[in-house]
Amino acid sequence: MGGKTTFYEVVRQRGISRRDFLGFCAMTATYLGLGPDGAGILAHAMQTKPRIPVLWLHGLECTCCSESFLRSGHPLATDIVMSMISLDYDDTIMAAAGDQAEAIISDIIRDYRGAYILAVEGNIPLANDGMACIVGGRPFKHQFDEAAKHAKAIIAWGTCASSGCVQAAKPNPTKATPVHKLVQHVPVINVPGCPPIAEVMTGVISYILTYDRMPELDNQLRPKMFYSQRVHDKCYRRAHFDAGQFVEQWDDEGARQGWCLYKMGCRGPTTYNACASIGWNENTSFPIKSGHGCIGCSEEGFWDRGPFYERLPDMHQWGVESNADKVAAIGAAALGVAVTAQLGATVVQRVFRKRKPEEQAEHKEPTE
Amino acid sequence: MKHFIPYHQLPDEGIPDSVAVYGPGIRSWHWMSALMVVVLCLTGYFIGVPPPSVLGDTSSLYVMGWIRFFHLSSGYLLTILAVMRVWLIFVEKGITYHLFVPAIWRAEWLDGFMRQIRWNLLMVSRPRRYVGLNPLAGTAMLLLFVLPTCVTIITGFAMYAEVSGHDSWQYWLFGWVTSIFGNTMDLHVIHRLAMWLIVFFSFIHVYISVREDILSRQTMISSMLSGERQFRR
Ligand code: HEM
Ligand code: SF4
Repeated sequence: MGGKTTFYEVVRQRGISRRDFLGFCAMTATYLGLGPDGAGILAHAMQTKPRIPVLWLHGLECTCCSESFLRSGHPLATDIVMSMISLDYDDTIMAAAGDQAEAIISDIIRDYRGAYILAVEGNIPLANDGMACIVGGRPFKHQFDEAAKHAKAIIAWGTCASSGCVQAAKPNPTKATPVHKLVQHVPVINVPGCPPIAEVMTGVISYILTYDRMPELDNQLRPKMFYSQRVHDKCYRRAHFDAGQFVEQWDDEGARQGWCLYKMGCRGPTTYNACASIGWNENTSFPIKSGHGCIGCSEEGFWDRGPFYERLPDMHQWGVESNADKVAAIGAAALGVAVTAQLGATVVQRVFRKRKPEEQAEHKEPTE
Repeated sequence: MKHFIPYHQLPDEGIPDSVAVYGPGIRSWHWMSALMVVVLCLTGYFIGVPPPSVLGDTSSLYVMGWIRFFHLSSGYLLTILAVMRVWLIFVEKGITYHLFVPAIWRAEWLDGFMRQIRWNLLMVSRPRRYVGLNPLAGTAMLLLFVLPTCVTIITGFAMYAEVSGHDSWQYWLFGWVTSIFGNTMDLHVIHRLAMWLIVFFSFIHVYISVREDILSRQTMISSMLSGERQFRR
């Protein structure tokens, strides 16, 4: 821990060369869309401003966010992210344990009141007094509330923290609640994804450090530079979408040719994320590149919009598995029966009525 | 407009004079919208469930592209027509507002509504004649056409905002819709369900128009062409 070191000092201590450090600044400035002089500004801030301590708390989650960090991203980014975040508190990867570890949290809150960043992986279960997630012998809710109150900003890391993810899928038995719903006075940045992209984390922290303000957020509190475009907008299979060439079955010719996965349920058209441009594992791939449709993991309630392999999601409102077209088919059948019945009845009635003498008479009345 | 009273039921006997009910604006709105709805439903259906894949050189094919182009451009036209329809209330006056405001507070309206239901269940042998829309028709048009069309326009432009990006005017005007739902997949589902309502409406509308034209002692289809409602015994 210690005094007012800079990020630069920390990464140098960790054996990262100055060259790599500058490379990192250039890359991050590009991701952030800062323009040609961005890298310089970033490097300057990293070397002169005191580093921002980061507390990394784990609520109800699967640790896939941390995992994605530990083994992916640009190696440079990983190292630097790790140096940025593991310094202070992250119970998954820190050396300290037990009381010693818990003490770090209260130290940071005391020493850096209003100046540290709180990263939350996972969300907060509220049912049964929060018994579904116990950290250090107490419900996670308590630890979260204490740390959240004095933070400079909170990064809701992953879909769990931003919108609930699988533990908040219907019927949400533990009442898992995303971070932004429980925080009033501290700015929250949502970084959804299951897991999210590591570079987004470094990007956001670097941005806050450099400019001393929050990055621009959209109406779902996501940083615009990473979440303002859909996967579909940047997807390299988009040409096949526009051409009308779709994979129809997993083993067909289209699948071999790398056609669009829309008909296989790809959620790219409704998913905001940077996968198609930043990629995963040193930009080796991302789901669509590996031949699997996007499942929309960074979107709110994506678990309730399945099945993942069908274009039209199920509508559970009807109680049975059904989608828009199936509901419409039932309506069409009902309509068909009604029309046929009315038509049939009308014909029968007319034929029958024609025989009645008084009606006949009425019909014969001369028209004036 | 001659003897115009809203939702007025005409006397059961005799042959009333024919009435000019639809002005040229309404008539052209009607047929143009009908065309747009057909194009939108066809292309919209294929946007959600695309036709079988086309073989060939990707760089020279643009099947989905054209489907989406026709959908989006006729979406614009439908919206312009809808705005024009509202404007026509003030220009052509007469019965033009019936489509939007059913006169539920009027005894005559309610009576006509019940009567129309019984007529459609074949419980009444002599149909009523009306100057304007009959109350049941007006209600069906409002619930199965006007409202779903508003829904498709709003969700349509909200989806358009996704396509054109967060700095577009579509996003500026309709971005709030995406914030209501969070997951924009819901927009597609709602848009599609509204489409099915409109499809049902179209079938009912055509069927009932033909039926009423034959059975209800007044003109229907030719009224929308000539603007005049003529009455028979
Ligand atoms: C009669 C009116 C309309 C009908 C029946 C209709 C129908 C549809 C349908 C069925 C879809 C596919 C939904 C899905 O399964 O994903 C769709 C998509 C769409 N519609 Fe409409 N629509 C109508 C009006 C409009 C209007 C007024 C607009 C606004 C310009 C619009 C814009 C869109 C857009 C942007 C999409 C998504 C295209 C894409 O994802 O590539 N629609 N429409
Ligand atoms: S694979 Fe998915 S994201 Fe890519 S073009 Fe097709 S639908 Fe869009």
